[in-house]
Amino acid sequence: MTVRSDGLKAVWRRPGGRAGAAFLGFLVLLAWLGPLALPDPFRQFDLVELADAPPSADHPFGTDQLSRDVLSRVVSGARISLAVAALTVALSVTLGAAVGLVAGYWGGAVDAVIMRLVDGALAVPRLFLLLLVLALSDRVPLAVLIILMGATGWFATSRLVRAEVLRLRTEAFVQAAEALGASRRRVIFRHLLVNAAGPLLVAATLGVGDVILLEAGLSFLGLGVQPPTPSWGGMIMDGRPVLESAPWVGIFPGVAITLTVLATNLVGDALRDVLDPRSA
Amino acid sequence: MTRWLLRRALQSVLTLAIALLLLFLVVHALPGDPLAREGDRALTPEQVEQLRRRYGLDRPLPGQLAAFVGGLVRGDLGTSIEYGRPVASLLAERLPATLLLGGTALLLNFSLGIWLGVRQAVRKDSREDRWLTTLSLAGYATPSFWLGLVLANLIGVRWHLLPPAGMRDPLGQAGLWPATTDVLRHLVLPALTLAIVSLAGTMRYQRTAMLEVLRVPYIVTARAKGLSEGRVVWRHAWRNAVFPVLTLFGLWLPILVSGSVFVEAVFAWPGLGSLAVAAVGNRDYPVLMGTSVLVAAVVVLGSLLSDLAYAALDPRVRHG
Repeated sequence: MTVRSDGLKAVWRRPGGRAGAAFLGFLVLLAWLGPLALPDPFRQFDLVELADAPPSADHPFGTDQLSRDVLSRVVSGARISLAVAALTVALSVTLGAAVGLVAGYWGGAVDAVIMRLVDGALAVPRLFLLLLVLALSDRVPLAVLIILMGATGWFATSRLVRAEVLRLRTEAFVQAAEALGASRRRVIFRHLLVNAAGPLLVAATLGVGDVILLEAGLSFLGLGVQPPTPSWGGMIMDGRPVLESAPWVGIFPGVAITLTVLATNLVGDALRDVLDPRSA
Repeated sequence: MTRWLLRRALQSVLTLAIALLLLFLVVHALPGDPLAREGDRALTPEQVEQLRRRYGLDRPLPGQLAAFVGGLVRGDLGTSIEYGRPVASLLAERLPATLLLGGTALLLNFSLGIWLGVRQAVRKDSREDRWLTTLSLAGYATPSFWLGLVLANLIGVRWHLLPPAGMRDPLGQAGLWPATTDVLRHLVLPALTLAIVSLAGTMRYQRTAMLEVLRVPYIVTARAKGLSEGRVVWRHAWRNAVFPVLTLFGLWLPILVSGSVFVEAVFAWPGLGSLAVAAVGNRDYPVLMGTSVLVAAVVVLGSLLSDLAYAALDPRVRHG
């Protein structure tokens, strides 16, 4: 009965979770192998004849203003979106778990100070923190974008982990471990962290969807992934002026975002039903 | 009750103070100069230096903090670089449009979300329940700016059913009635966009709250008395299941505020969101800072009011 086998089975048992997991699996494969079979997403085919060309056999999703293949760019955008979201969530979940463990385990003044700081940070919506930082800097490299989104995304997770730790510390098995003289490190890593992993995994899965939307929004405003690197949000920005004459440029990346975020949330929901039933 | 109130209010003040300190540190202590991008405006180094002095950026950090706090106390949020006007008056000018949009979206969100959530609870585990959950999750997964663009293009530009952008028709008729309907027509698409992307949360909470109430013995009694199903659901169950959902508006505020940034930008709605987006483009950091300060205050106040409303309805909170 590990978190992993439990979670996987639960996801597969539910129709929503199964559809979501299947779509995500397909998307990862596509993002991984697709670029091998598709045209170069940066290649400008023919600026005169093939700009904003409608979907055809050669270009199933049409081409954009610069005559680039929209399907190639959607697939490459999946690479960027998924990688950025996964790394961002990995960072924010690690930070949130560390802070939550410290606050919950040490308690007292440490806990009070940390949680007041987290309350304050949660009062400023993540988007506004990022707008402030990004507006003050020139074009940010992808790595910095990931660090910024990760650093602004752990506040709620730390609250969650702290609550789990406070609950777990009253449980008999943790008290028994402490009474038996288990080291602090052993209690934290072998008992508290492992048993908080379920809710943490659920929060991380749902967090992936949020980050995909956040990155798309920032890229749409020109603050996220910088052109010419293909990103779904940036492609919607590119498609905005030609939404009437060449809707395919902006429609397909939007559909890709919606389906991907829906799939991660369906998986997150299915996971929650089993791993974190109290919050379902 | 008074003590609980006092403690909760003090806590809000502290939270806001920490939020403002965080905003200050983000702008002033992180590497990156708020005026570094002045290069765009083709300024000489002397002019940049002059600007730095004007905005107090040449002072040491504690001095800047003192100036920031002093300004806040006086209601002075600085001067916009782009418009050359006090930020506070810019914000005051834009706030009503955002309140109108956000308020309408919240109203739509609650009325639709509560109605659908109750339907789901009553038909738990049916095909309709599952489809409504999936549809609301799809709405949550849709980027608001994209949904806005698509709706504006289809309904506004192609079918000419509603205006695709702005808040008022510049060629509209004068008079209270035409002016009001004009604003309302402009309001429909942005408010609907915001409501659709934020609906899932309300539906889920209403469904859960309703399921809990439907299990309670007095519902069995009501059914045993032979009351109609509609009366049992709406008069007996829903009345007790709706207040916890309504008090959640504090939770939706950050989502609505962030969503309105994109929706206002897409629909050219003259509120705080489009002001913030323009400020990003202009590197107008006093305006961005002022907007964030206002948003933080709204979020803290919303969560306080939300808690107060909940406590007023549930005595266990204030005595617990």
